[in-house]
Amino acid sequence: MITKELVAQHGLTDEEYQKIVAVLGREPNLTELGMFSVMWSEHCSYKSSRAFLKKLPTEGPHVVQGPGENAGVVDIGDGLVAVFKMESHNHPSFIEPYQGAATGVGGILRDVFTMGARPIALLNSLRFGPLNNPKNRYLFSGVVSGIAGYGNCMGVPTVGGEVYFNEIYNHNPLVNAFCLGIARKDRIFLGRAAGVGNPVLYIGSKTGRDGIHGATMASDSFDEGSESKRPTVQVGDPFTEKLLLEACLELMEKDVLVGIQDMGAAGLTSSSCEMASRAGTGIELELADVPRREPGMTPYELLLSESQERMLLVAKPGREGEVLDICKKWDVDAAVVGRVTGDGFLRVKDKGVVVAEVPARALADDAPKYERPAAAPPYQDHLQSLSLELIPEPADCNAVLETLLASPTIAHKGWVFEQYDHMVQTNTMLRPGSDAAVLRIKGTDKALAVTADCNSLYCVLNPYIGAGIAVAEAARNLVCSGARPLALTDCLNFGNPERPDIMWQFILAVEGIADACKALKIPVVSGNVSFYNETRGLSIYPTPVIGMVGLIEKADRAVSQGFKAEGDAVVLLGETGEDLGGTEYLRAVHHREQGTPPMLNLDREVALQALVLKAIEQGLVRSAHDCAEGGLAVALAECCLSAPSGPLAAPSCPLGAEVTLDARGLRRDSLLFGESQSRIVISVNSNDLITIKALAIESNVQLSVLGFVGGRKLTISIRDDQGLANVWIERPCRDLDIIWRGALRSALESPRESEGRHA
Amino acid sequence: MSWWTDLADALSRIGILVFPGSNCDRDCHHVVEQIMGAQAEFIWHKEALLPQLDAVLIPGGFSYGDYLRTGAIARFSPVMAAVTRFAEAGGLVLGICNGFQILLEAGLLPGAMLRNRSLSFICRDVHVRVENRATPFTGRCKPGQVLKLPIAHADGNYYTDPATLSSLKAGNQVVLRYCATDGQVTPAANPNGSLDSIAGITNAAGNVFGLMPHPERSAEALLGNEDGRLILLSLLDSIKSGRFSPKPVMAS
Repeated sequence: MITKELVAQHGLTDEEYQKIVAVLGREPNLTELGMFSVMWSEHCSYKSSRAFLKKLPTEGPHVVQGPGENAGVVDIGDGLVAVFKMESHNHPSFIEPYQGAATGVGGILRDVFTMGARPIALLNSLRFGPLNNPKNRYLFSGVVSGIAGYGNCMGVPTVGGEVYFNEIYNHNPLVNAFCLGIARKDRIFLGRAAGVGNPVLYIGSKTGRDGIHGATMASDSFDEGSESKRPTVQVGDPFTEKLLLEACLELMEKDVLVGIQDMGAAGLTSSSCEMASRAGTGIELELADVPRREPGMTPYELLLSESQERMLLVAKPGREGEVLDICKKWDVDAAVVGRVTGDGFLRVKDKGVVVAEVPARALADDAPKYERPAAAPPYQDHLQSLSLELIPEPADCNAVLETLLASPTIAHKGWVFEQYDHMVQTNTMLRPGSDAAVLRIKGTDKALAVTADCNSLYCVLNPYIGAGIAVAEAARNLVCSGARPLALTDCLNFGNPERPDIMWQFILAVEGIADACKALKIPVVSGNVSFYNETRGLSIYPTPVIGMVGLIEKADRAVSQGFKAEGDAVVLLGETGEDLGGTEYLRAVHHREQGTPPMLNLDREVALQALVLKAIEQGLVRSAHDCAEGGLAVALAECCLSAPSGPLAAPSCPLGAEVTLDARGLRRDSLLFGESQSRIVISVNSNDLITIKALAIESNVQLSVLGFVGGRKLTISIRDDQGLANVWIERPCRDLDIIWRGALRSALESPRESEGRHA
Repeated sequence: MSWWTDLADALSRIGILVFPGSNCDRDCHHVVEQIMGAQAEFIWHKEALLPQLDAVLIPGGFSYGDYLRTGAIARFSPVMAAVTRFAEAGGLVLGICNGFQILLEAGLLPGAMLRNRSLSFICRDVHVRVENRATPFTGRCKPGQVLKLPIAHADGNYYTDPATLSSLKAGNQVVLRYCATDGQVTPAANPNGSLDSIAGITNAAGNVFGLMPHPERSAEALLGNEDGRLILLSLLDSIKSGRFSPKPVMAS
């Protein structure tokens, strides 16, 4: 008997329950109620977001598979495709940081290899509260070791990502994992249960009682009792996943499979109903044949378990023996657990007795869709109000630069990525720490560049502009490495969609992404929405993270951000304006998270990126670096200090530079630390200056020669409108390097020190 | 028959062991074929016999997940008995990272690995000094040459008892030591706390070599570092010299 309380405990509304009764033509039993509750949860059904996600452009000349499958697929030539996706694992990582992050990595790896691709790179996009809080240090170090523990064992390099720190993530850290794989274009596998009568096989770890209702947990806000939800977090076993990966890739070589899907959120239920729904078929499962870890598990538990490292396969008729043999070779559990039917039902039996019988399509695709009310929050005007007269121009710009380089968001992330094996598979040309990571593709002349980006402070100040900037910046980062952006995946982290202010943020952010994608001609091929990122009513900043992949036709043309040689000219492409709203400078120095974010002019962005790509393809660019958090001064410092050891590394580092900026009536802090968009600092051999200037005029992009690479100091002067130049920044690179490289470690190891560092 | 023998003569044949959880096996395959120009052959851990080989390479990874102690389970794989016979017959064996750990557990090299001093996994470039160039694995290096090689491990903190350490030193079996860029062996240049800054050792006979750094990750200009080639090509020279061919072992 299904009571009102039972329905509520399953996170379903009365209307949703009535819809279930209507779909079935009867009351569901408890097992069926559980299946609906996970499949119709926000996490699995996208019921609050689907209507808006349609606005995203998903088509392009090289798109092979857009959203709706386990991962997106784009053509990279030579008969190969890039397969990639990003996904959130926020809630589990807050409850149990090591396992939460580890299983996030495990899940995204499966999404990629289930398509037939061998994973070649991982990225992570992480957000935490400040490190002076011991709980945040625990969460941060737990998440980093969880990512390391899983990715390192799998032998997939974690080549980059981003880490931001802000109070808003104190009670709701974000852990988004991105995976890129490569497959043969003629060997892409989809999650489709085609062919009535075909055998359905279960392979991988045995099913246990872990992670039951994980998807439902991820579709709810947090309160004081959240840590008692620890049993809903799954436990990862990367060794089993490594065997599963190799077994799956070998199965795919043998041409025995019709379809395959990972058992992620909602486990056996989601994989079976989604595979059937995509193919317009049904599936009949026999639970007695499901490998299990412990006796006495009920059908409800077996169907909802989120035990990791499991896959559901549909084999070609009569080929199940070969599947079982290959699994045996790899010591992976495997069993035939059902068959494909023609009646459209997901029918579940336990020792021959039907325990659930539900139309597969109803579970997978017929969840209610909501267009929830949206309205700008009353606090928005206050957030956007910023009177620059109240902000004194800094007298000591050296101190500001040092404060910014020591800010954990800007500081060098070596402490993080040295724990990740970022070199395994021997493809990593550009290691973590540059604008994008670059991986060569063996057997071709090509390389792929990958990045993940989002500035959520911009997004809370203006969700439309902030999300557009995330797309533009990701593309800019790829372009700086010499890559032409191909496509993106998004991971949209927001608060509770039942609140109109959150829906307002969400809708604007999606529109911002869509418009930036259209202008830059970059389609969205996969994605994930994570709502309910709020604790005790406090929402995170809207955080639409963009993961992007670009192609470099000639791998040896890849460019890194560090200066290369004395005497090279330092050139700024793009225009600097009075853009102080939402900057890291205002946040770290003046303790204000306020204003309107930098303007994004998409026409200028397109022109800038085209110019830089053309210049790199012509071999004119020695280094290229996007101006992001901390503005031009921080970008210049990073160019001096970046010595990624690689083919593109500076011979002797740090290299200094002497540059002069023209004031043009702008404030000192805007010039040095403002975050105007669509700007890239490049260095070029001074003999090539004429050529690059001609290209810039032709492309209608503003170009300023700022100075030259040389010496061991970073010197920045400002020339006023009368032509008088004053030195505002002058610091030995060595000193800046110690601050930049040491900040994160010292914040973790001697946290008190970092508290008092603000100027 | 004759064309096949010719081909077999021309190409050195290097076996690469594959344990469940090996993850540098494909990287080693790539450098053996592309950098050494030799023939690479994967050898499954369940094999009790080795085919005819000129050298055995044990790659890095997490054999059996390394949930117990690194290499502790792999040593019981059927293939390790065959590798032990191969080594005892004088065959060349190179163990990289997890391969080194497995060689220690299998007793083919002396000593053991502890967790890194930091207790964390460390992935970065380090410098090592070549302490002995009269080995089959370092012939192309100059005396005392400093190599830049990447490490990637959580358990690379080499340890052994004082008597074994003395005999390692006396036998010139310490082949690589962690050092600063200028070749100075200092505590600060020791990334993981290894005893005596040891990064790589051979057995007493000199035909079995284990090292924590990854030469296969630093053998190509495109990846920015070619120092690892010196070790790989030294091994190839030794194979071609014919001085280290294993004595024939009777198939059982």
